[in-house]
Amino acid sequence: MSLLEIKHLSVQFETRDSVIKAVNDLDLTIEAGQTLGLVGETGAGKTTTALSILRLIQEPPGRIKGGEILFEGKDLLKVSNEEMRAIRGNEISMIFQDPMTALNPIIRVGEQIAEVIRLHENCSKGEAMEKALYMLETVGIRPERSMDYPHQFSGGMKQRVVIAIALACSPKLLIADEPTTALDVTIQAQVLEMMNKLKQQFNTAMLMITHDLGIVAETCDHVAIMYAGELVEYGTIERIFHNPRHPYTNGLFGAIPSLDKDVDRLRPIPGLMPDPAALPKGCKFQERCEYACDKCRENAQMFTEIEPGHFVRCERAVRGEI
Amino acid sequence: MFWKSKRETVKSLEEMTRRRSQWRDVMGRLFRNKTGFVGLCICAILIILVVFAPVFTSYNPLKQSVPERFLYPSSEHIFGTDDFGRDLWARILYGGRISLLIAFIAVIISTVGAIILGSCAGYFGGAVDQIITRVMDVMMSIPGLLLAIAISSALGAGLVNTALAIAIPGIAPGARIIRSTVMSIKDCEYVEAAKASGSKNFRLIMIHIIPNCIAPLIVNATLSIGGNIMAISGLSFIGLGVQAPTPEWGAILSTGKTYLRDFWPLVFFPALFIMLTILGFNLFGDALRDALDPRLKD
Repeated sequence: MSLLEIKHLSVQFETRDSVIKAVNDLDLTIEAGQTLGLVGETGAGKTTTALSILRLIQEPPGRIKGGEILFEGKDLLKVSNEEMRAIRGNEISMIFQDPMTALNPIIRVGEQIAEVIRLHENCSKGEAMEKALYMLETVGIRPERSMDYPHQFSGGMKQRVVIAIALACSPKLLIADEPTTALDVTIQAQVLEMMNKLKQQFNTAMLMITHDLGIVAETCDHVAIMYAGELVEYGTIERIFHNPRHPYTNGLFGAIPSLDKDVDRLRPIPGLMPDPAALPKGCKFQERCEYACDKCRENAQMFTEIEPGHFVRCERAVRGEI
Repeated sequence: MFWKSKRETVKSLEEMTRRRSQWRDVMGRLFRNKTGFVGLCICAILIILVVFAPVFTSYNPLKQSVPERFLYPSSEHIFGTDDFGRDLWARILYGGRISLLIAFIAVIISTVGAIILGSCAGYFGGAVDQIITRVMDVMMSIPGLLLAIAISSALGAGLVNTALAIAIPGIAPGARIIRSTVMSIKDCEYVEAAKASGSKNFRLIMIHIIPNCIAPLIVNATLSIGGNIMAISGLSFIGLGVQAPTPEWGAILSTGKTYLRDFWPLVFFPALFIMLTILGFNLFGDALRDALDPRLKD
């Protein structure tokens, strides 16, 4: 049994005059201890997927239309609110994008870590604080700083605190929603290195949401490429990086500057993502795809396994035409 | 303690988390703020004067003496005497006991009410918000004093009843302020993060949201102390609040109104004390708000 199995998940945001299909029929699997990178551009539905796992989608306007999210075989969409609260932070926890705003400005950092521990573990205030100090030390902050407020910390340190909070109860799954986007590059490297280390130490599976393929290369075992609410390609990191098949994945790699080639201009993907309130019939990527044919405009594309563990949602790629 | 043994640093928990006590932090910052310190002094002096009134005057505030009516301030009666020949300084000191006490109780009641209603409306939104906000709108459409008169005549005179009568009209504006602040804070990422770590609604509101709304709350509370004192006087004036011979600032002031052209001390001194109270609490409240915010530290 996989740790997390998402089956046919669909999430919509319903406004008065349109229905925004943020996630459409998404399938995703994460094995215990593994890291899955979820890559896609802004608005592809990455964060929505993450929030649905924790059932934190704001309803209304959001609505989980259908599907199952099986966590250790239990459907998270069906458990009671109390059960869900017991899971949040304890078995599944989340690191938010911006560490500047993810900490309560008026509570001392040590107490913020201890709070999660107290919520989920049956222990005294002192014991929770002991563990909070240990967690601070684990993420590389002197425990003496536990009595400081978040504004006395730098961005990188705040993100460490956020990570300490997320890992405090040794969750089985950690959802990291662009954990390094708000940090500068040197700090990014430090934080990623630390996350990798801690992931092994706590044996935590991770869903790494990012739009930086460099981060994926550094941290992930599997990669899922997301476009307009659906997965377009999925496979192990070697497969995706060495043999990307979907035109969109190819486009993403084409847009990365290379160290060893001397090019004047990057090759961006032309156009914009389709309006999620009016998705095109057929392939969602057709408007930006240089290989699109009439069939692509007619038929919805199937998510097909082209080699063991490597799925692509593109008919022409499946047929070997690209 | 399992985690202690795992930690590399050997200092004890107590050493690491020795609180530079929150209270001492706040006090330190408060005293460094000059205007705040002035405000605190004004409040402290007023409270000391009022609480230890018998020490500062030997007159009985209720003792009438017709030959001594309308005396101007002198060494014998430092604030003069009123229309019944009672010593004004004594009446102001004793009157302050009632004015300040009722004003405080009313502020506490209306603030607590405002927190409960405002945070529910702001946090839960939807139908709860609609119902609470509409009721608040209705309450705000009735003039405060009129509502206080209605409540007070329904409940009858008396200290707690008067405080309630004054507090209830004060709930609506406070609740509105809190509602809007809560609405902006509940979308902050740290609230979502707390939710993602499994906090319950009640805990989210109590620990993460309300402490972050403290600034507008304090400003609102200190501002309304002055209004409350005036409202008490309004009720006393029509015989619903504090009953006649009992001294009370607002009551003295409204008596003085009759003699405004001919005898100024009867208006001037109670008004001065009401003004000083409001000034003191506003300065103090501003400083307290700054001192309570750890982000503005040093």
